[in-house]
Amino acid sequence: MDFSFTDDQLAFRDAVRDVLAKECPPSVVRAAWTNATGRSGAAWDALGEMGVLGAMVAESEGGLGLTELDVVLLAEESGYFALPEPFVEHVLVGAPIVAADHGGVVSGATTVTAGDPLIPYGAAADVLVRLDPDPEVASGAGAVLESLTSVDGSRRLTRLLGSVDARPLTRAELSQAFWRGNLGYSAQLIGLSRALLDTTVAYVTERKQFGAPIGSFQAIKHHLANVRIALEFAAPLVYRAAYSLTHADPDASLHCSMAKAQAAECGELAARTALQCHGAIGYSYEHDLHLWMKRVWALSGAWGDASWHRDRVACAILDAPL
Amino acid sequence: MDLSWSGPEEAFRADVRAWLAANVPADPLPSGDTREGFARHLEWERTLFDARWAVVSWPEEFGGRGASLWEWLIFEEEYYRAGAPQRVTQNGIFLLAPTIFEFGTPEQQQRFLPKMASGEESWCQGWSEPDAGSDLAGIRSTATRDDAAGGWRLNGQKTWTTRGAFCTHLFGLFRTDPAAERHRGLTYFLVPLDTPGVTVRGFGRLDGDEGFAEVFFDDALVTDDLVLGGLDQGWGVAMATTGSERGLTLRSPGRFTATAERLIALARNGGERGVDPAIRQRVAQAYIDAEAYRLQTLRTVTRVVGGDPPGVESSLTKVFWSELDVRLHEDARALLGYEAELESSWMKGYEFALSGPIYAGTNEIQRNVIAERVLGLPRK
Repeated sequence: MDFSFTDDQLAFRDAVRDVLAKECPPSVVRAAWTNATGRSGAAWDALGEMGVLGAMVAESEGGLGLTELDVVLLAEESGYFALPEPFVEHVLVGAPIVAADHGGVVSGATTVTAGDPLIPYGAAADVLVRLDPDPEVASGAGAVLESLTSVDGSRRLTRLLGSVDARPLTRAELSQAFWRGNLGYSAQLIGLSRALLDTTVAYVTERKQFGAPIGSFQAIKHHLANVRIALEFAAPLVYRAAYSLTHADPDASLHCSMAKAQAAECGELAARTALQCHGAIGYSYEHDLHLWMKRVWALSGAWGDASWHRDRVACAILDAPL
Repeated sequence: MDLSWSGPEEAFRADVRAWLAANVPADPLPSGDTREGFARHLEWERTLFDARWAVVSWPEEFGGRGASLWEWLIFEEEYYRAGAPQRVTQNGIFLLAPTIFEFGTPEQQQRFLPKMASGEESWCQGWSEPDAGSDLAGIRSTATRDDAAGGWRLNGQKTWTTRGAFCTHLFGLFRTDPAAERHRGLTYFLVPLDTPGVTVRGFGRLDGDEGFAEVFFDDALVTDDLVLGGLDQGWGVAMATTGSERGLTLRSPGRFTATAERLIALARNGGERGVDPAIRQRVAQAYIDAEAYRLQTLRTVTRVVGGDPPGVESSLTKVFWSELDVRLHEDARALLGYEAELESSWMKGYEFALSGPIYAGTNEIQRNVIAERVLGLPRK
């Protein structure tokens, strides 16, 4: 028994953290709300140079051939920095499926996205993977897309209306895509929660009312302690799901549902708490808080919200024959 | 990461399971928080001890098996899964014993540990006083030097002492330096409850059982060999014990995964209540939380085995397990519907679970600790 990550896995996580700290400060997230593509630009290229974008692509196709357990912490970091890119959709879901047919996915010159059914960054992507309806892979060039207005302005949503060159996903591809995507979103929700907690701890330590930092008030302390507790008891479920997918555990999809349900609840609590503890400044559009909060809302509901995944757990424990 | 058990660990589990299957009483024992039930539970403790299952993680010379933390987790999982009796000796073997191992003299270890493990001597905790609850440093009970008698005279009152009316010994803090304040000047004493000048009065807990006691000290004489960890060092010594109470050793995940399994069984046999979508969601969440607690423990034990001792994070654990325990039983109440009005093991468990967020430092205190010492928020 050993519930820890290897030194290599942690070092890769640290390297990605360093790159994102440099290339994806809050100003980049904010800029993605109004630029042409909704994307970061430099951060994506830097991740491509590191090999991160081809992390799960087979080595025979130029990738690193890594596992869910190797990339789960990277996804968590991409969430921490609210990276405005199809990170999960490309790295965990799309790239391994399309790498054999499309060059450039390892470097990131070719961007893959994925949706179920709404497809983020569809207009800016080169290849689209749709899980529902009609699971298929389509090229961006041959796709007819409807552009939608998303609450998270850095996650530009589209709907795939038709395609001239789509090929259907196999059942195996669809299942792997769906559970890897859920794992990735769960990890990003953990990262987002950590960021929201860090930001809020810093704010309540600085902000004074009644002559004292508001973080010295028990009401604030207890709010933030609750977020820290939620994180403590959500992250292990996410890491266990990564382990189970990596080892093709028969219960892997159940473990993914448990992880997503808990990570989504954790994210919602972190976002709600961060807003309340910031007070009016956090309610301001000019403040960065809402960029993280709206990403939580997006990922919490995408590919099955907490209730949907809990219902899967309920079916597994209550209805399955003993 | 490797979330599988080794061959020897699986063999250990098989041994535990087989022994429990052959020895756990078929009918539940009466509550260990009554005088008669306590005696019956001590008989069970003796059975455990004779088979060397009472204190698996202790060294063999004191009656244990020298089991690893992993094996201890496995033992606990199997123990609760088997529905084995509550451990009425737990305040001794899980709270006091780690302190005696750390601070006790070799003579104290030999004198107290084997009889604690066998249940021949049973220990209650003398922390709280009428004016010192969550604010434990407000302790007023005193120990005054009596050179003529060759020891210390204890005076004062302890209260909320779990199973104090049935135990033979008490461990607790007394103020030895009357000039010192708060955490200073306290000393940790090991007190036989048959010492002249000690009076114990049991009283009822929420469930009506006589599981509480108040303990009065009136010039009770204790000798120097009953001081644990040095004069005026009591606070540091006691904190080592409360660390155990809040953290890993007392509330192993096996308790909650077993309760979650029973909740699932209740839901599966629960008729129309078991198919209510809202209740199904609650049961699923309870299962997820119990799993989360188990997995978080595996992470913690991985770190501890790697040489990183558990620290202030134990406050996170205490809040989570105690509130999880309440939720598990609330879910059971929901499944029982109108039958929850009847006495049952679930309702007994519910009444017990409600003490969790209060004892060992209320969850409000724990949340303060988390905010200040984990998150680094200002005290003032």
